[in-house]
Amino acid sequence: MSETLSFTIDGVAIEARPGQTILQAADDAGIYIPRLCAHKDLVPFGACRVCTVKVNGRPQAACTMPAAKGMVVENNTPELLEHRRRLIEMLFVEGNHYCMFCEKSGNCELQALAYRFGITAPRFPYLFPDRDVDASHPDVLIDRNRCILCARCVRASRDLDRKGVFQFVGRGARKKLWINAETELAGTNAAAEDRAVEVCPVGCLLKKRQGYATPIGRRLYDRRPIGSDIESRRPTPTT
Amino acid sequence: MNPSATRTVVIEPVTRVEGHGKVTIQLDEQNRVRQARLHIVEFRGFERFIQGRPFWEVPVLVQRLCGICPVSHHLAAAKAMDRIVGGENLTPTAEKIRRLMHYGQMLQSHALHFFHLCSPDFLFGFDADPAVRNIVGVARKYPDLAVQGVMLRKYGQEIIRATAGKKIHGTGAVPGGVNRNLPVEERDAFLKDLPQMLDWAEGAVRVARDYTMEHLEELAPFGAFDSNHLSLVRPNGEMDLYHGVLRAVDAKGGTIFDGVDYQNYLDYIAEDVQPWSYMKFPFIRSLGPERGWYRVGPLARVNLCDSIPSPKAEAARKEFFRLTGGRPNNMTMTYHWARMIELLHSVEVIEQLLHDADLQGTDLVVRGERRNEAVGLIEAPRGTLFHHYVVNDRDQVVRCNLIVSTTNNNTPMNRAVEDVARRYLDGVQISEGLLNRIEVAIRAYDPCLSCATHALGQMPLVVELVGPNGATLARRVRDSGA
Repeated sequence: MSETLSFTIDGVAIEARPGQTILQAADDAGIYIPRLCAHKDLVPFGACRVCTVKVNGRPQAACTMPAAKGMVVENNTPELLEHRRRLIEMLFVEGNHYCMFCEKSGNCELQALAYRFGITAPRFPYLFPDRDVDASHPDVLIDRNRCILCARCVRASRDLDRKGVFQFVGRGARKKLWINAETELAGTNAAAEDRAVEVCPVGCLLKKRQGYATPIGRRLYDRRPIGSDIESRRPTPTT
Repeated sequence: MNPSATRTVVIEPVTRVEGHGKVTIQLDEQNRVRQARLHIVEFRGFERFIQGRPFWEVPVLVQRLCGICPVSHHLAAAKAMDRIVGGENLTPTAEKIRRLMHYGQMLQSHALHFFHLCSPDFLFGFDADPAVRNIVGVARKYPDLAVQGVMLRKYGQEIIRATAGKKIHGTGAVPGGVNRNLPVEERDAFLKDLPQMLDWAEGAVRVARDYTMEHLEELAPFGAFDSNHLSLVRPNGEMDLYHGVLRAVDAKGGTIFDGVDYQNYLDYIAEDVQPWSYMKFPFIRSLGPERGWYRVGPLARVNLCDSIPSPKAEAARKEFFRLTGGRPNNMTMTYHWARMIELLHSVEVIEQLLHDADLQGTDLVVRGERRNEAVGLIEAPRGTLFHHYVVNDRDQVVRCNLIVSTTNNNTPMNRAVEDVARRYLDGVQISEGLLNRIEVAIRAYDPCLSCATHALGQMPLVVELVGPNGATLARRVRDSGA
């Protein structure tokens, strides 16, 4: 077994393997750092900044920052929680997120984070952007109204599916998820079974005609808040 | 008549989420009512903004039209989407779970309509102080009745929760079926409380019957007028609130059409548009817009069916018909009695369903040959509800037409308001009694308009008397303070 390195998160001593990010080491230790673009099967990307922690007093994305010996990491502080809450609220107002009829409700990571953070309504004005739907594919729907530009599908399609179906076009506020071809989605080799569809944290990439199959009460986040699976790994303190 | 020689009395409720309504009473030179109109001045736009949405999302999306009877929209849309996926022949479990959801909805909505919203008018009288004439007043003076209303409604709401996942705006019906069955533990809990519900439901029919019979002199002419009637019935003529064929009769019971497959509703029903209301005016094509308008809802359904397939409600129906010698009943105020007969029927159907082992089946969804156009029809608490969709090959809704129950009752509600205005307007004063009676007339059909709702006290009203030259002669404001 390779050598481990020690650091602390909120004063708790953590052991990390060399090459692990702060987020990966925290996950292993049962400490939940909220995230949206990070996914255990995908290379770190650092898009959403929801996982921002303070490392030796400086803000860093926990999903991209390698763990290092002696680091002092702050995670669960009022300042960082407020920072994350604002980021989540901005994601809500930046798109068109209608949880009340969205088929991803109950399984949506953005919604689950809002619940975890106790967000009942955003403080910022809704932008109501004009976004489109690509329903051309027989089995996969793209609803860009709900895209949060996390790039999970871009990475999964490229690295896991080996298809490279998705990419971004545009800059800044005009940036949007696009198809890596001069066609609609129907013109690509995307398939409903692709990991790219599965890893979407919101209701942007969907398997067609499957919505609402899971009853309310049995959906992923109906019973336990997001992150509780990670927190359940934390060893109970021994006296 | 020269419009400038008339006076207009405006009764305008201010904002409330249930809906906005405004009543104008137009007077002639002798201060007689020339015309009264109920204006629906809010615009919903659902038919437009679901365009482009995937079809399987629609049953969950469109139910947001209403917070009182969302199950009706949920199921009407799901019935249309069943046909889109070729799954209209549901599995026994799916059909019975949906029926259970629907009759649970009928129970809770009728209980709300009768006990919470209308019973204050009956118990305290149309002229009673609005500060007393509300559900809180009922709870103080008639606590047993108030508790029964609340508990009947709760029972229906719990049925909805068990079948749709939530009491309001659930997800139980999916195209071609449902997403859950009813576990034995939940069934047993419902069965335990059922005898009490049945007892209270029978009591509710008695309350409505006795009230009607004791006040018949006042109620019989109140907002009464001959009309056609329309509803779903089973092909054999029995009452069915979930599925069936369309039947329409005239005021004397003569058949206009019967056994109509509602997929062809456009061959039989058309919609007229008036510039003064956002709500359309449906009519039976063969009779034209002037004579073809019709009533829907509890009164129409009890009038139209040959029998009710549950013993207690059927006995109540027969008693109801003794009032009119077996002919269709055209008295607006008997909607309440008919509504309570349906409430009793709903409890009986729930009992029948709970004893059916199909509710615990696991075969929940069927799919068949895909279609691009479909109609879903259901009898919602307030009346027949039409959902019509066209879906493209990409699974997106491209066209939608909804005829909601209130729209079907648009002309009857206008007639009822006009009748009450003619009967009770005295001079050019808007008396409290007249306002109350206009509310009562609208509420017999529908509590979903803000002007028909007084859940917690007074409804907000602005009353204006406008003279021939357009000037406001008098203005009276009633706030919504409970």
